[in-house]
This record gives sequence, structure tokens and C-alpha cells, in this order.
Amino acid sequence: MASNPLLPQVAVVTDVRRETPDVKTFRVEAADGRELFAYRPGQCAMVSLFPVGEALFSITSSPTRIGFLEFSIKETGVLTRALHEIEAGTEIGVRGPYGNGFPVDFLRGKDLLFIGGGIALAPLRSLINYCLDNRDDYGRVDIIYGARSSRDLVQREELLVNWPRIRNTGVHLTVDVRSDDWDGNVGFVPAFLEQLNPAPEGKVTVTCGPPIMIKFVLQSLAKMGYQPEDVITTLEMKMKCGIGKCGRCNIGDKYVCKSGPVFTLAELQQLPNEY
Amino acid sequence: MKKIAKTKLQELWRCLSAEGALYLPVRSDSVVDFALWQEDVPADLETLNTFLPPKKFYYPQTETVLKYEFGENLQLLDASSQAGEKTILFGVRPCDTAALSLMDKVYLSEPVDEAYRRRRENTVIIALGCREPEETCFCQTFDIDPGKAPGADLLAIDTGTELVVTAQSLKGEELLVALNGVLQEATSGDEIRVKDVQEQAGEGYLTRVSVHGLAEKLDTCFASPYWDRLYRRCIACGTCTYLCPTCHCFDLQEYAAGHSGERVRCWDACMFTDFTQMAGGHNPRPTQKERVRQRFMHKLNYFPRQHGGEYACVGCGRCVRQCPVNLDILEVIREMGGAVDGQ
Repeated sequence: MASNPLLPQVAVVTDVRRETPDVKTFRVEAADGRELFAYRPGQCAMVSLFPVGEALFSITSSPTRIGFLEFSIKETGVLTRALHEIEAGTEIGVRGPYGNGFPVDFLRGKDLLFIGGGIALAPLRSLINYCLDNRDDYGRVDIIYGARSSRDLVQREELLVNWPRIRNTGVHLTVDVRSDDWDGNVGFVPAFLEQLNPAPEGKVTVTCGPPIMIKFVLQSLAKMGYQPEDVITTLEMKMKCGIGKCGRCNIGDKYVCKSGPVFTLAELQQLPNEY
Repeated sequence: MKKIAKTKLQELWRCLSAEGALYLPVRSDSVVDFALWQEDVPADLETLNTFLPPKKFYYPQTETVLKYEFGENLQLLDASSQAGEKTILFGVRPCDTAALSLMDKVYLSEPVDEAYRRRRENTVIIALGCREPEETCFCQTFDIDPGKAPGADLLAIDTGTELVVTAQSLKGEELLVALNGVLQEATSGDEIRVKDVQEQAGEGYLTRVSVHGLAEKLDTCFASPYWDRLYRRCIACGTCTYLCPTCHCFDLQEYAAGHSGERVRCWDACMFTDFTQMAGGHNPRPTQKERVRQRFMHKLNYFPRQHGGEYACVGCGRCVRQCPVNLDILEVIREMGGAVDGQ
């Protein structure tokens, strides 16, 4: 018998890690020790906290790290506020995976430029760790990441310690606001990107951030000579079902939950400007 | 082909109600809507459109999709396994029958909506062909024949004093066998009368608009200044979406007390502000203009793009009749390049 696609699996939060004043990372495992589901970097899952509700989050862990899922969640609304109050051991609901994920085969052999802002490091991190865990399959990896302040850097240990140590990998950080404990770059991501001015040859960029950051990063990349086919981004929409039925996450005839959340700029240029 | 005198319909309905929960159009004050059959309550077989379309029988306005206990341990119970009692819908019009096949494209595509599928499987549709159109009918615009209903299990045609009934599916044939005692064999004369009624049904439409090629024309109309004018009248009441036999958008909400709760799916509407409003504050459709455009573009461009060219409108006319500010989808079709034949 077919099952109800809106029915989540029971899962356990096995670890809660505070990242920033308003972001926590939740590690989630199946209640019975099985794998919850197989997934690709960039895919998403519906997370339920009972009786508060359910929302779609990108999976921030890499499928190369087996046995758990991780979600980095910013305290924003009713559900995320309640999630920030739970402790390890809490049972939640999870269903997925949803969405297309990043085109890991297309990226193979190429230099990769990741551009992220704020909580939007979450989907990028899944792909970054996937590529770094398969290091020989990918060329040079550069990560440009910005946060509001030095306190707001998500995945601080990976950004500052783990990733820069890996060969042929560079991490370039910026913050919006200067502070005493920060001796790195100060400024918005698009300006920092233009300042670093990475050459487009042989490179694919993957960008994720707040809509305003994406808008200006895409303009900067065009100016620097990146082709729309080599500019990849992920979009965010309100979703209820994750399976293309509840009817609210469409941009034109594409449901972001099914055809997205990952699009190339070339694909976005074919869609109405409503995101 | 079988038939029954219209004076004996109570007998037919009594037999049908033994086969499953029988719903048919019933007038209550000024509103005609599908209601559970009762021995002494007359059905209204003259009014063409019920107030609400029969979509609620497959896709209820509110429906529990999940039950849960969240005390010591979290327990989740699939509520869809309870959906789908045996139901018979009598008097569904051809436009509403066509709408169900459009909704099937959403809910029976992968991943299949289990509750919907069970209800669909356990429901028999007895369609009633139309004799003549109402002022707001425009089903023919979408190539729907008002005298036929290919998606129905049985088709009934009112030939004046009798209903002539034809089976159109296995479920329909089985039901005809069960009704043997109350139905008579139709004659070749009845067959001719049925054809006459069906042919006449297609005449008398006030509105004849062609939508051939409209979806393609709309590809370039997203930025049209027409939307800036059109939306100004809209008061975002959402009536058009609730009355629409093809509108299928939903919300999920929680109802809980103590340590148990339910997740409820309920009809939602793209006309409302919070339909796309995200927790972080961003709204990709920030004003009523984008929401009105979404509704019409979904029906006339996005849905055809997703589903092999089929429009998500059947011309039932409910939204045209009930919109408090006279927003008219036909006006949109004409304005966006639908050809007007014969006006």
C-alpha cells in the first residue's frame, strides 16, 4: 500500500550545538538507529516539532558523513524559536529528502567558488564537505563567507580551522560590522567578492545568502565575466508540503520544492522575477 | 443504456443509498449544494452549479493527515488510512467532472496523495448532462461538452420525463447491475432523444472565447501593465479560490491539547498575504497585484506548462458569479489574447 507522503518519520535530536547568538545546529538520527534516508548535498527536509508545526530546512550535513542529518537553524519564527528551546534527546518528525540538490557531477573536476552569507552557509556546507571529502574529484576550492559580525559566523571551527587546513582550499571571511575581536575584512559580501576578484576561467560559483546579497552577488559575478551556466544559487520559499502540491512555492511553472531549490542563473533568467 | 422516469427517482436514490453514502444537489434557502440524501428532501436537478464544487468529497476543506502523541514518547499515526468511505455523487455536472481529472494530475502524481486516492477509488460519480447553459457558463471555452462527462462512471441525460443512464466505467457498469430492479431498458428512441439533448446542450452560450495558444501568449505577459489595473479591484476575500473546482492549494495547521494533537490540512488561497510570507520577513508576492497575477497565471499558463497544455479552469462560472468586485477570468482571457469567436 502506498504511504501518506505527509507522514514524517520519528527521529531523535542527539546533539544541539550553539553556533551564534541566534543559530543552533541540530544533529538528528532515526529513533531505531537506521539511516533516515539517503540524500544529495543541497537537498532539504521537513522538520516537525510537535505540537508547534513543520517547516522545510536545508540539510547542512554532507551525505559523506553517515548515520545522521544536521540542520543549522536560525531563530526567526514560531517553529524555529521552539526548536531553539529543545535539548538533546527530544523526539521530532522528519520527512524527505526534497528538492534537486547540487549538480555534483557537473562540478566534478572544476574549481569551485562558494559565496555565502549568514545562515545560508547551511546548504553550502553540505556541498563543501562533500567536495572536501572527495578532495581528488574537485579542483581548487575557495569559500567567501560573510556574517553580520564576528559573533555571527556559523560553523566557526570549520571556517577558521578545518577548511583552511585542507590542501588547495581557501577561506575568505568578512563581517558587516567591525569589532575588537576581528582583524579580518569588514564589508558586505558583494564588495569583498569584487575586491578578491577571482578569475572565472574553469570555475563554477555556488552562492547562497539573503535575497539582497544574492541579487548583488549575481550582478558582481556578471561584471567579472562569469557565465550564467556557471553561476549556481539556491532559493528559499514558504513551503507546506515539499512535494509540489500545496501550491505556494512556485516561480512561474517551477515549484522550488521539486525543481529547486538549486538553480543556475541561466535557469533563473528563464523564470519570472518573483522570488 | 437504461432509463428511469423522473417521478420514480426517489426509488432510484433509495437503492443507491444502499450502495454507499449518497450525496446529491439539495436546495436549502437560496443555496444549492451537495447534501446527504434523505428520503423526504427533494433534490434540485435544475440548478446547474452547486454553490461549492464537489471537490470537497475528494479533497475536504479540512482533513486530519496525521495524529500524534507527544508525551513520554513521540507516536505518529497516519490518519489517511481512515479516508475513503464508499460514496456516490449524483448529479455532478460535466464541468465539475472535468475538474476532477485536473485535480487528479496534482494529487495522483508522484508522490500520490493516499487519502485522495482512496476517496477517488471509493467514489462513484453519476454525472448529469446539462440541457442549456446559464449566463455565466463557459465550459466550451475549455473544450468541455456540456452534454457529456467522460470522467464520470455513469452519465445521466434528462430527456424530459425520464433520465437515460449510460455506464462509462467498470464501476458504473457494476452499479447499473445493482440498480437492475429500478431501471428499465432504454429504447432506440431514447438513444435519439439523448443525442438531441446533447446536441442542444452546446447551443445558447453567451460566451465563446478560444483559448487555443493562450498559454503560449501568456509566456510574455508576466510584466504586462494589465496586472497593475486588474488587481486594484481585488479585496483579497479568497472566495474565487474556495469556489473553484480546480483550486487545490492547502495549508497545514496543528490542533493540540494536553499531549496529543492532529495535523490538519485545510484549503488555502493564493489571494492571502501570508500565503507566501516567510518567517524572516521576505514575501515574494508582496502586494495584491502579484497575488492576482499568480491566480490567473497559474490557471492559464503555469498549470498548462506543467500538465501537457491543459488549463486549470473548466468554465463553471462560479468565480465570475460570486466575486464581490466582478473580477472576471473571461475578461483576463480576452485581454491577454484569447480570440473571441462570434460576438
